[in-house]
Amino acid sequence: MAAIELDGKSYEVDEEGYLLDLNQWVPGLADIMAKDEDAVLTDAHWEVINFLREYYEEYQIAPAVRVLTKAIGKKLGKDKGNSKYLYELFPYGPGKQACKYAGLPKPTGCV
Amino acid sequence: MSILHTVNKSPLDRTTLKSCLNLAVKGASVLLIEDGVYGAVSGAESTQMVQDAMGDVAVYVLGPDLKARGVDESRLIDGVKVVDYDGFVDLTTDNDTVSAWV
Amino acid sequence: MSNVKKFMYINNKAPYGTIYAWESLEVVLIGAAFDQDVSLMFTGDGVYQLMKGQDTKEVGIKNFSPTYAALGDYDINKIYVEKESLDARGLTVDDLMHLVWEDEDEDWAEKDSIRVVTSAELAEILDQQDVVLSF
Repeated sequence: MAAIELDGKSYEVDEEGYLLDLNQWVPGLADIMAKDEDAVLTDAHWEVINFLREYYEEYQIAPAVRVLTKAIGKKLGKDKGNSKYLYELFPYGPGKQACKYAGLPKPTGCV
Repeated sequence: MSILHTVNKSPLDRTTLKSCLNLAVKGASVLLIEDGVYGAVSGAESTQMVQDAMGDVAVYVLGPDLKARGVDESRLIDGVKVVDYDGFVDLTTDNDTVSAWV
Repeated sequence: MSNVKKFMYINNKAPYGTIYAWESLEVVLIGAAFDQDVSLMFTGDGVYQLMKGQDTKEVGIKNFSPTYAALGDYDINKIYVEKESLDARGLTVDDLMHLVWEDEDEDWAEKDSIRVVTSAELAEILDQQDVVLSF
């Protein structure tokens, strides 16, 4: 099983790099995952990552991209609630990539 | 000889509880677990059957399974006793035989 | 729009005792990506899926009941609950979670998703569906 090492602790991930136990998540893991994909996390990224964690906390699922886009638009403003903005932040797909950084499973309804 | 019956199916979906109560003799204990806990509630179509049996048998229900399903203890039939996992173990050791209805 | 079909998911089993309830919910969420006209119905022990106050901490199973509240986000807002099934279990709509959706056409007004209907009404609704999936 693959794992990410951070501050002397080992975090198990699946074959696609998703954290196995979402309760273990710490922000530092997102930075390491991002670095692995040549990305640097800005405040704009964190806004989405934190939103996803809150969404999971409330509904126990990672939202589909369409749902995420609509919900971001409602919460953070129309200029951010569109796929262009989200794909610029997360070129590998806002659902897949942002959920991974947030320590969540791949979105339910991710086709 | 004393016997503990456990039932894990909902009384309105299956006839398991009915079969069990038909065969439970005086002095027997019946523990409702998993989806079986719905058999412990009052005001349901299964309530009368359970109440009728309670003259002869003691009915228990597993608390953690009630909580999981959002069934508040205030809904239970009077006289049904709630047990936790330790209570489950006690029931199995206090009785000579366990009959697990599935 | 001619490709839009009416999908009905029948939920007839209690949660946790079997995997059907959660599997159904996952299929509903995945299927929502295809922009179809989706309805859910809860009959028999299926009505127990919507009970409020579910707390699975002590049984070590994921509590998926909060996920039903996300259905509105997925544009699923026709949730039919059979009255006779509630009655048989000594339940009323007040024992169920309050599920809502937001109507974009009315400035995001919150509306109830759950509709308690009789067997006869449900039979008619079922008769109008193109695809029926039963869990």
